[in-house]
Amino acid sequence: MSIVKTEDGHFHHAHHFNSLSHQYDSAKQGVWLFMVTEILMFGGLFVAYLIYKSLYAPIFHVGSSYLDWRLGSINTVVLITSSFTMALGIYFNQKNKPKQAVIALALTILCALAFMVIKYFEYSHKIHLGLVPGKYFTNTEFQNKVAEYISNMPIESLTPALSDANLMKKIAPLYFGFYFVMTGLHGLHVVIGACLIFWVMVKTAKGQFGAEYYTPVEGVGLFWHIVDLIWIYLFPLLYLVG
Amino acid sequence: MNQWLSIFPATAFMPIQGTEIAGKIDGYYAFLLISSLISGLILIGGMTAFVVQYKRRSANDKTAYITHNTMLEFTWSFIPFVIMMVIFFWGKNIFNELRSMPDASEAEEIHVVGVQWAWNFKYKNGIKQYTKEGISAENKIGNVEKQIMAVPLGKPVKLVMTSNDVIHSFYIPGFRNKQDVIPGRYTSLWFKAEKEGEFQVYCTEYCGLQHSQMPATIRVMKEPDYKAWLEANKPVMAAGDGGMNEMAMKGEEIYDGKCKSCHSLDGTRVVGPTWKGLYGAKREFADGSSVDADENYLKESILNPAAKIVKGYPPAMPPYAGQLSDDEITQLIEYMKVVK
Amino acid sequence: MSQSTAHVATGQDNYLNHEKGIWSWLSTVDHKRIAVMYLVSVLTFFLVGGIFALLVRGALFNALPENKIIQITPDVYNQFMSYHGIIMVFMVIVPGIPAIFGNFLLPVMLGAKDVAFPRLNLASYYVYMAGAALAVGTLFVGKIDTGWTFYTPYSIKTSTSVVMAVLAAFTMGMASILTGLNFIVTTHKLRAPGQTMNKIPLFVWAIYATSIIQILATPVLGITLLLIGAERALGVGIFDPNLGGDPVLFQHFFWFYSHPAVYIMILPAMGIISELISTFSRKTIFGYTAIAYSSLAIAAVSFLVWGHHMFVSGQSEFAGILFSVITMLVGVPTAIKLFNWISTMYKGSVRLDTPMLYAIGFLFLFTIGGLTGVWLASTGMDVHFHDTYFVVAHFHYVMVGGVLMAFTGGLFFWFPKMFGKMTNDTLGRLSWVFVFTGFNVTFFPQFILGALGMPRRYFEYHPAYEPLNQISTVGSWLIGLGFVIALVAIIHGLLSGEKAGANPWGSKTLEWQTPSPPPHDNFPITPTVTAGPYEYR
Repeated sequence: MSIVKTEDGHFHHAHHFNSLSHQYDSAKQGVWLFMVTEILMFGGLFVAYLIYKSLYAPIFHVGSSYLDWRLGSINTVVLITSSFTMALGIYFNQKNKPKQAVIALALTILCALAFMVIKYFEYSHKIHLGLVPGKYFTNTEFQNKVAEYISNMPIESLTPALSDANLMKKIAPLYFGFYFVMTGLHGLHVVIGACLIFWVMVKTAKGQFGAEYYTPVEGVGLFWHIVDLIWIYLFPLLYLVG
Repeated sequence: MNQWLSIFPATAFMPIQGTEIAGKIDGYYAFLLISSLISGLILIGGMTAFVVQYKRRSANDKTAYITHNTMLEFTWSFIPFVIMMVIFFWGKNIFNELRSMPDASEAEEIHVVGVQWAWNFKYKNGIKQYTKEGISAENKIGNVEKQIMAVPLGKPVKLVMTSNDVIHSFYIPGFRNKQDVIPGRYTSLWFKAEKEGEFQVYCTEYCGLQHSQMPATIRVMKEPDYKAWLEANKPVMAAGDGGMNEMAMKGEEIYDGKCKSCHSLDGTRVVGPTWKGLYGAKREFADGSSVDADENYLKESILNPAAKIVKGYPPAMPPYAGQLSDDEITQLIEYMKVVK
Repeated sequence: MSQSTAHVATGQDNYLNHEKGIWSWLSTVDHKRIAVMYLVSVLTFFLVGGIFALLVRGALFNALPENKIIQITPDVYNQFMSYHGIIMVFMVIVPGIPAIFGNFLLPVMLGAKDVAFPRLNLASYYVYMAGAALAVGTLFVGKIDTGWTFYTPYSIKTSTSVVMAVLAAFTMGMASILTGLNFIVTTHKLRAPGQTMNKIPLFVWAIYATSIIQILATPVLGITLLLIGAERALGVGIFDPNLGGDPVLFQHFFWFYSHPAVYIMILPAMGIISELISTFSRKTIFGYTAIAYSSLAIAAVSFLVWGHHMFVSGQSEFAGILFSVITMLVGVPTAIKLFNWISTMYKGSVRLDTPMLYAIGFLFLFTIGGLTGVWLASTGMDVHFHDTYFVVAHFHYVMVGGVLMAFTGGLFFWFPKMFGKMTNDTLGRLSWVFVFTGFNVTFFPQFILGALGMPRRYFEYHPAYEPLNQISTVGSWLIGLGFVIALVAIIHGLLSGEKAGANPWGSKTLEWQTPSPPPHDNFPITPTVTAGPYEYR
């Protein structure tokens, strides 16, 4: 940002704004608008997920049993904690306490890393078992479990698609298609968020923020909270639906 | 009303009306044309009149200061709204008629399969109008072997349609009717032809290389002629009498090339089960379940043999998913039916 | 009475000579320079897309392949048709007016020094160019033959560079979102003192409504494009019926963006028309509030009508009927605008300079395009017309006859402001004659072709359709000539145009109260606004 701190520690706003607060309000509105687009993008994915879940419920039910809800829960706690440390990072910047702010932001990045490490374990385990999107899927046990689940459902509840056991086996990998695309896109945002947090952490350490001006930290914080929020929806939808 | 509207030469720009509903649509079309012409005249006429009448006369022209007129705003919102509602309801009624399928009992049902790049028709009595192989890119519309769908005059015909590959669309301009044809699903279209003759069919959803080279023809015949056509073209089927249909012959070629090494036709065990008596028989599997060897099972066992292993046989068959097309699998199954 | 009480600076220092050298341009955060860079890029892409159009029409001059004057195979034709669509939609018409005129004028019309986020603005430009590079890059990798609509399953199965193309569209969508975001915050936060939302020019209202659509619709396109990529790379199974997917679901997702997208295209154009008509009638716009709110209404309702592209797709009849009636509703605010513009000319003082000719051309052509849109909104009529040349004619009437006419009119109108010189009015009017005539010669026959049943995206067609196709192709040459003349007019203006004053057209909006070209900071002192933007008294 072209915000320059003068010798007396004050910040100058950009020339097209009237004041620092004018600039701050505008920046916040901009970040919120961007978050709306992110929510809509993930929203589209969620809509697709819900459509297929209602069409092929057994696949999603059995599929979620292959996800480790304990790892998912740990990740949820990790992300919520990281949102807290992120808020601390903003708070300390507001209070002109850059050293504490840097620690808070560093902890946030650590949480992000922990999240990605756990994700790595989940992904590699599934890839090892062949529980991957359609083209590369090789786990017949999953397909059989789906068929078994369907065979235990009352006949009246079966749609024509569900009663076609062969069809159900063929399309069972759809669950993992959704799993990888949804968690993958979210994971990508976690990584991007971690990079953004690192960026503001460095600037905090260089003394480029203060009580008068901490907008980038808050903007990144908002991004991070939305990423967290999306996980809060993803986790129950994918892990707990069974 | 329809007669008055059809005097308007608009219908000169529409194809010949092959059905009664085509006539209704043309009447509606004439209404749309006339009402649009009037609207256009008002707008464009008004615009032209003002441009001329209020041409700038000097550099210091004084203009009126009129900011708005709420009554006018309401009027020119309300009147177009009313006209559009008329257009909507009239169109909705036509659409309902186009899409309310006749009962199975009263309609002649024909199956349509769209493929890249031809239309295939299947009749209940077994007639299959399949594309001749090898329609090359050089073929002209004038020379393409257009598939003929014979239909009876004056009787409802219902088409049950699907695709084997990508989305196509079955369009009959003379009937003012079309319906997209989708893989993995069935869609329907119905019509009652009121004129004898041949009507053009086009594919009208972009489907790749030869999208513009997959026409077909609907040949409308008087009912007795139609029945005669059905009888004359009925395929000779079943093994034993030496007659095999075209599909099974193709299936035999594939068998020779891909399956013969592991499956016999005479009952001997090679690597996999024999095909003698295979079609329709009960199969018992290694995991204790069993199924009748119908089209679905046979198709699955070709694409993904590991899903069901016949009791007493090794899981040695490689999957043919991606190597055999849907048509080739159907041909193989037709051959199995003959071999039984 | 003008809108500004500012002291207008005279002098030669303006945004064009404020800093010199190519790097000062490439690293600029001045919205006016960014607008000029977009102008160069968009015009270049328009030229390329136009060449593909000429190739398409050239290939269609003859019905049967062996007679074609351009001897190509069907796959090449399919590529021509696809590139024409992709370039024109994503690289020209969607960004066009907002990125060029929105960028240049929004801050100036609001009395501001720049947009809210100048560096984001520059970033948007580079993101757009990156997307464009990817799109053009497909020409050298595997080409594209899916049409700009990427319908599944064909887009999953074809061996052309679909993943690269969807990434290109995704990237350009990103640029669109960032620009829209920038404009919304600018409109909310950077208006001059005294300039309430009821005193901003209608062009600003138009850009504002457009930006709202950009923010809400483009993300859905984004995820749809990513899903095509995932489907091709991983076989996810969402659109491929062999894997349990639904190819029609793709259409729902795609059109959920792409219908609002056409309003992203037309709303800014309508904003330009409001400015042109009031300026060249020397009269206050009739129905300012109605036009402003109709833009918002169109933006809102545009999200509810996507299914009118899918009446015969296998969608339920009930859904079709619902989409049909809502589409009729969106016609009402559009009609309101047309009536208001024409009423603006009543008792005005009309002069047909080049920009006004283009505005009149818009009114004529957009009326036809809009009316035929109502025909297509009717389920019963659309069954016959869907996927025929009738639809092709309709959308070219609104997109070319509408958006491009307004764009060109805007270019001639604001050229003096942007570059400090006048264009030659004779050349401008001559370009209009060819564009307007050529347009009708090209596209009116296509209505008839569609009624007669000629499907679209056809390389080979029945010889009975040939005469009308030949007329249409000749028309395309006339349009091409018209735009070449327009380009000559622009270049001639840049090189040797007469020096322009601050307000050569006698307009009343804020941008004309500052020198031509404007200084780097737009206004030496921020103006205070005390009256509406069209006070011609």
